Amino acid sequence: MSLIRNVKLIRKLTVKGYKCFSTSVNCNANSAESVVFPGATAPFVVKPELSLPSNNDPIPIYRIMDRNGQILESSQDPNLSKEIVTKMFRDMVLLNTMDKILYESQRQGRISFYMTNSGEEASHVGSAAALSNNDLVYAQYREAGVLVWRGFTISDFIDQCYGNSDDQGKGRQMPVHYGSKKLNFVTISSPLATQTSQAVGAAYALKRRPNNDRCVVTYFGEGAASEGDAHAAFNFAATLSCPVILFCRNNGFAISTPSDEQYKGDGIAGRGVGYGIPAIRVDGTDIFAVYNATKIARDYVLKDNKPIVFEAMAYRIGHHSTSDDSTAYRPAEDLEVWNTVESPITKLKNYLNNRGWWNEDEENDFVKQTRKQILSQISLSEKKLKPNWREMFTDVYCEMPRNIKDQLAEMEDHVSRHKEHYPLANFKSDN
Amino acid sequence: MFLQKLPSILPKHFNGICNVSPKRFSSHFTYTPDEKAPIAGPKVKMNMFQAINNALDISLQSDESAVLFGEDVAFGGVFRCSMNLQKKYGKERVFNTPLCEQGIAGFGIGIANTGSTAIAEIQFADYIFPAFDQIINEAAKCRYRSGNLFDCGSLTIRAPCGAVGHGALYHSQSPEAFFAHVPGLKVVIPRGPNKAKGLLLACVKDKDPCIIFEPKTLYRAAVEEVPEAPFESAIGQADILRPGNDVTLIAWGTQVHVMKEVADMAKAKFKVNCEVIDLVSILPWDKETVCNSVKKCGRVVIAHEAPLTSGFGAEIAATIQEECFLHLEAPVQRVTGWDTPFPHVFEPFYLPDKHRCLEAIRKVIEF
Repeated sequence: MSLIRNVKLIRKLTVKGYKCFSTSVNCNANSAESVVFPGATAPFVVKPELSLPSNNDPIPIYRIMDRNGQILESSQDPNLSKEIVTKMFRDMVLLNTMDKILYESQRQGRISFYMTNSGEEASHVGSAAALSNNDLVYAQYREAGVLVWRGFTISDFIDQCYGNSDDQGKGRQMPVHYGSKKLNFVTISSPLATQTSQAVGAAYALKRRPNNDRCVVTYFGEGAASEGDAHAAFNFAATLSCPVILFCRNNGFAISTPSDEQYKGDGIAGRGVGYGIPAIRVDGTDIFAVYNATKIARDYVLKDNKPIVFEAMAYRIGHHSTSDDSTAYRPAEDLEVWNTVESPITKLKNYLNNRGWWNEDEENDFVKQTRKQILSQISLSEKKLKPNWREMFTDVYCEMPRNIKDQLAEMEDHVSRHKEHYPLANFKSDN
Repeated sequence: MFLQKLPSILPKHFNGICNVSPKRFSSHFTYTPDEKAPIAGPKVKMNMFQAINNALDISLQSDESAVLFGEDVAFGGVFRCSMNLQKKYGKERVFNTPLCEQGIAGFGIGIANTGSTAIAEIQFADYIFPAFDQIINEAAKCRYRSGNLFDCGSLTIRAPCGAVGHGALYHSQSPEAFFAHVPGLKVVIPRGPNKAKGLLLACVKDKDPCIIFEPKTLYRAAVEEVPEAPFESAIGQADILRPGNDVTLIAWGTQVHVMKEVADMAKAKFKVNCEVIDLVSILPWDKETVCNSVKKCGRVVIAHEAPLTSGFGAEIAATIQEECFLHLEAPVQRVTGWDTPFPHVFEPFYLPDKHRCLEAIRKVIEF
């Protein structure tokens, strides 16, 4: 039955669409008695044709604002209110200020590790602003701006970096592995791209709920996109029709490896077509482009429960992490343009100045005040005790099993007899 | 990947009861059903894949959020465990995934993160390794790393494991020990239809991510009267299948049936009463039942199909020497697969069969 239908279908296609598709199409070959291969529906040709990547134009980069903060195409101006745009700007500046201070605090040995977000603030804040705060986020580790937008406080960030008793993660993870149930931000794990297929699964579960209005967004770098998990995520999202935005932050580097050693195709957006997923590529330094594109992406994924590949182009201005020195693999002067005229913060500042919504004094005041707030939070967070060391044994399972209870008791006994060897004063006690 | 599909048809030809099968498919064990029913009430005769199918049916029926997925799950699964379930619950709830184990695991974790129930099938335990990272680094650590903000406790992964007579390197492995090394997971292995139903229902309900390794040779060979009503088998609790005072025999999965037969042989040959324990649960495991038995008997033989070195028997043996040192009358014996890959034509020489197990009993009683 279906076989006959398929034969009819290919005949129809031959007549209607593909007959004069290319000069090498052989109409006889197409109209001959043939069946449709299960794996593809396509016209037949009698001469071999290589399908060259160069036959396709690269996916364009959507950009609506120039370096001076001028909107290039007025129809694309999202016309956001002063309140929203200034919140965007404050959040970006706050993130940048916090990055600088926490980076330095690692250098001073106050925290063990840090990763900055500089160069990518617009892709974080722009996308977060376009999403609903109820949309579930699966991030990689360089998306702190999404959390800032949603209301993760300076103390939330810094307590996590110190792993103190107010860290919601109970001091178990390295700095920058944030998470917030309240803010729908799944706690970060270090392995790369593992979050992407999880996001797809979460999207599948959400779409099954009655009147679902939530999508899932997963952020990952262009380096992480080389992991098998990213392939799994793309393919599962497409085949299982999941409302998920596969948000690639292409910042040019995976630690030291430049993107041209990471892939040969048209970036990550270029992969969409191979998976049967639409793609959009934006200038990740242009917050309004990111905002508009994210709105479009969100509407698209929720309308038909389909995924989208989103690629935000940017340049990682900071080192990969505090364990990295990027001058070993890229000249410092390359940074100059990205740090100044192409900086997402500078562009938005110019926009605000053009509108008369913000001025230098206000910025200086805001930075000064933010710095003060961060520094005083650091001294507060530093003084807070770490969680009770017994928390090491909790949350492995929902209920502590016998073997872990035994080990906890063993360690309690040991610690009680060798107190002097353990930094108990730094940890909360039972009392 | 083509190869992966081949054995799907093999179990259909495989009887599991050696006497009626061609020599080539003769089995190394004699299956015996449980003596006691897990609960009272009306029962239906089921083999193990039917009991699993029944448990999946109950799970899908009772929990609207539950979904069942994996490679070839839609048409019923290569081992028939999901037969008719898509028809009954629809394509949205019972579906095929692309052929990608890491994707299946990651996808399942995400579903579970939202609180929905995810039942994932990995077609063969031998192919679970692409999903290793998702299971070890993500599923197992999700609750811990988030300070209990997030978890994936409603994830259950099913995977057929173990010797089947002709599965060779890549359709025979028993990888339970790899997963036993991972805090945050629960790992169980049924010995037959009742245990499979009870454990699967327990895993689905459990608040932590669970892996259930199903000995594939039992899918058809093991038949029991299975209660129709739902029931759960406790995770972390071993079963004493035969009481005895002389030698403790510990096994799980198919090997339990070898041990039951060996106990009879030892009784006849050496006049000793063996206590046969099905460990059932690898993580967490029932130290108490094992150690109480060893303290009573003083002699112990542990047998598993997986290789000797770092097999789960090593963990049990180490605990026994720690907890039962002064009760031991002989060194703990481990009878296992050899430290080689699982071989095709050499399977009869590779497996911890009844003759090797009986020999180990001789050693502990003559020590």
